[in-house]
Amino acid sequence: MDTTMPVAAPRVTYLNHEHTVASWLLTKDHKRIGIMYLMVVTFAFFLGGLFATVIRLELATPAGDLVSADTYNKLFTMHGVAMVFFVLIPAVPAILGNFVLPLQLGAKDVAFPKLNLLSWYIFVIGFLFTVYAMVAGGVDTGWTFYTPYSSRASNTNVVATGLGVFITGFSSILTGLNFMVTIHRMRAPGLTWFRLPLFVWAIYSTSLVQILGTPVIAITTLALAVERFLHFGIFDPVLGGDPVLFQHMFWFYSHPAVYIMILPPMGAISEVIAAFSRKSIFGYSFVAFSSLAIAIFGFLVWAHHMFVSGISIYSALVFSFLTYAVAIPSAVKTFNWAATMYRGAIWLKAPMIWAIAFLGLFLVGGLTGLFTAALGVDVHLHDTYFVVAHFHFIMVGGAIMGYFAGLHYWWPKITGRMYSDIWAKVAAIIVFVGFNLTFGPQFILGYVGMPRRYHVYPPEFQVLNVLSSAGASILAVGYVLVAIYLVASLFYGEEAGDNPWHATGLEWTTQSPPLPHNFATQPVVTEDAYEYSQREIKVV
Amino acid sequence: MVSGIPLFPQQGSTLAADVDALYFFIVAVTAFVALLVTIVVIYFAAKYSTNDPLEVGARIHGSIPLELAWSIIPFLVTIVIFVWSADVFFDLQRPPDQTLEIYATGKRWMWKFQHLDGQNEINELHVPAGRPVKITFTSEDVLHSLFFPAFRTKADAIPGRYSTVWFTATLVGEHHIFCAEYCGTNHSGMVGKVVVMEQTAYEAWLTGNVGGGTLAARGERLFSDLACNTCHLSDGRGRGPSLANKFGAAERLASGATVAVDESYVRESILTPQAKLVDGYQPLMPTFQGLVSEENVMALVEYVKSMRVPSAAVSRAEAPAEPAKPTVPQENR
Repeated sequence: MDTTMPVAAPRVTYLNHEHTVASWLLTKDHKRIGIMYLMVVTFAFFLGGLFATVIRLELATPAGDLVSADTYNKLFTMHGVAMVFFVLIPAVPAILGNFVLPLQLGAKDVAFPKLNLLSWYIFVIGFLFTVYAMVAGGVDTGWTFYTPYSSRASNTNVVATGLGVFITGFSSILTGLNFMVTIHRMRAPGLTWFRLPLFVWAIYSTSLVQILGTPVIAITTLALAVERFLHFGIFDPVLGGDPVLFQHMFWFYSHPAVYIMILPPMGAISEVIAAFSRKSIFGYSFVAFSSLAIAIFGFLVWAHHMFVSGISIYSALVFSFLTYAVAIPSAVKTFNWAATMYRGAIWLKAPMIWAIAFLGLFLVGGLTGLFTAALGVDVHLHDTYFVVAHFHFIMVGGAIMGYFAGLHYWWPKITGRMYSDIWAKVAAIIVFVGFNLTFGPQFILGYVGMPRRYHVYPPEFQVLNVLSSAGASILAVGYVLVAIYLVASLFYGEEAGDNPWHATGLEWTTQSPPLPHNFATQPVVTEDAYEYSQREIKVV
Repeated sequence: MVSGIPLFPQQGSTLAADVDALYFFIVAVTAFVALLVTIVVIYFAAKYSTNDPLEVGARIHGSIPLELAWSIIPFLVTIVIFVWSADVFFDLQRPPDQTLEIYATGKRWMWKFQHLDGQNEINELHVPAGRPVKITFTSEDVLHSLFFPAFRTKADAIPGRYSTVWFTATLVGEHHIFCAEYCGTNHSGMVGKVVVMEQTAYEAWLTGNVGGGTLAARGERLFSDLACNTCHLSDGRGRGPSLANKFGAAERLASGATVAVDESYVRESILTPQAKLVDGYQPLMPTFQGLVSEENVMALVEYVKSMRVPSAAVSRAEAPAEPAKPTVPQENR
């Protein structure tokens, strides 16, 4: 990677101070660990994308003519498992969080560097387990693993996949713990809580969810395995269990998991919008506390996935109300981002274009949540394509676009190289257009009544499905384009310089790529985050 | 079915219009907010854009009044949606007293419907227009979900318990029935149609399709075949409680609690008799779990329902699908 480093800059960086494979596999450097996560997550992303491609090809016609029904069911299951557990949950915290968090804090590394490496290994072992389950015949329960189908009826690799999710969960817990301690203990002198970049607040809130929520999915998958193997009646009514109990336990983790996916990208968006508006974030403390509020209230809304699952109408009432309550902090963030741009000096470089694309898609994703939270409408919408469209707008339109905005923002810091700004903008626009064409028609499909997870469908739904598949092919071109110009930048990219965006934040005060231990001298912070009107943060 | 590109589902029931009205209200609210924010962001991006990387923005840190405004106003709007949607939801979840009752069972991968007069249908359901229909259903294997897009209602079929959906169909014709909860290989083939007929056509269909007696009659035969009648004597002197006039009443349990005798309680008492033991009786009854299919359990439930005051039972002969609920005292024990 660094063989093309120009002779004029023989600086020691975290990339070039050691070269052996062992120096990577045994590294305790948060930056290298971040890059190792990037490798695995990118692989999982293209794997999940491959599954999605076959799904969209199959759905181009109403008949089940490309793959068999069982194969189709495995495809959407494995698409969900790969994307949720191995892309969305780790993407921003484990890749960007690992790389950027200690730099933003002015720290040498995370609080527990060895634990950080262990987390990566646990993540990889969990991923290998899941890939093994996929290669050895796949799994067909849906990523939601609903009982009693998963515990009794399915004869696919349910337990191996569950074990993969179970193992990976520990990586998520340990990373959350590591980051939380790091934020408490490793802040540079002068870096008080309310001077922290908002990305740090977002990671802190996410860590809270990772630590408190993930053990519940571990218990749930374990209970599922116990029922499958030992026939203990936990979820299967024939054995005396309750299938709805599984849904409570599953969503108690998996709803907060949505905030593990979306909070860190929201943090990245706060950084990008402030940097490219060259202005303080509007309402810093409101944006910071809205992250915490989302993390906490996010634990109280799980049963909104279960309005037609046989819960009492009065508990449905409570969960609907709480869901509207948790929507408010997300709205507050969005309004603050828009207001930050007011009277800014807006520099429309590629990361800002990705961030604006995020705003547009996240807005649609968040607002369509008002439909699914509305009890009377959700009875109709539940388990239709409307829901599929809604959560893809949040998870892909929100989380993945936010991840890309952050990746483009910090790429010059990570690699020391600058990618093509033009191509990056073109890719953002292609992805934005392709995404809307893919998932926009699915809102209509859902309201017309097409249920999700359908291998064949009535012919009158075909036109909207063809539009969606066409959009998906545009989307795929966009993502491949991103991979091409980012890889190309490693070989042909110009040297980025230490602070190509003229941004505030301690990560921009060290060299690009950073030193092995981040900073030559201990940074000291004397002012709030995003003090653009006073130019760069002074570092003593 | 509508040909061409359907952009909006047919309104096939009395409540469909209520759901759609709420839907369009939320469309209007969200479209307004989405447009407002999009226009503001694009306007700012265009108006304040600069290519001088050293230029900086204005020194603005926030505004408490604005923060309060854009927290409180959206909250109030969501409260309006919440209240309205709860109202529609309660209408969808609570059937009126006088309904045409139908039982259904979901199993991989079909829907089986049982009419009180004895007709059975698979993946097809005939109902009259203009009359409330209540479907009580369960699943024989995994989760399913009985979804009527044209009626804007669905509920999960859960093994081990009864769910209900109800609707008053208004649009004569055929509409989709989908399974909305993933249930394995042929999930997308677990579809059918609901055939909404004029009342007279429906009655003609009923008489033309008589099976082996009414559902309650089938239940009565099962009641003696399974020897239920050896303990549940109607004079109350058997080893089990008399079931006469029991449905719709409240039953006192050995635990001291009381339970309303409804479809779910009768079903539970057949399959797990010891779960809620009636006060004053010994736990003698064996379980019928695995011995009686869900369809036969429904026939038994319907028979227990029919063992009510004679006058109510007689009136059912003329109005086959209207159990005379109001005549049953609600708290008579």
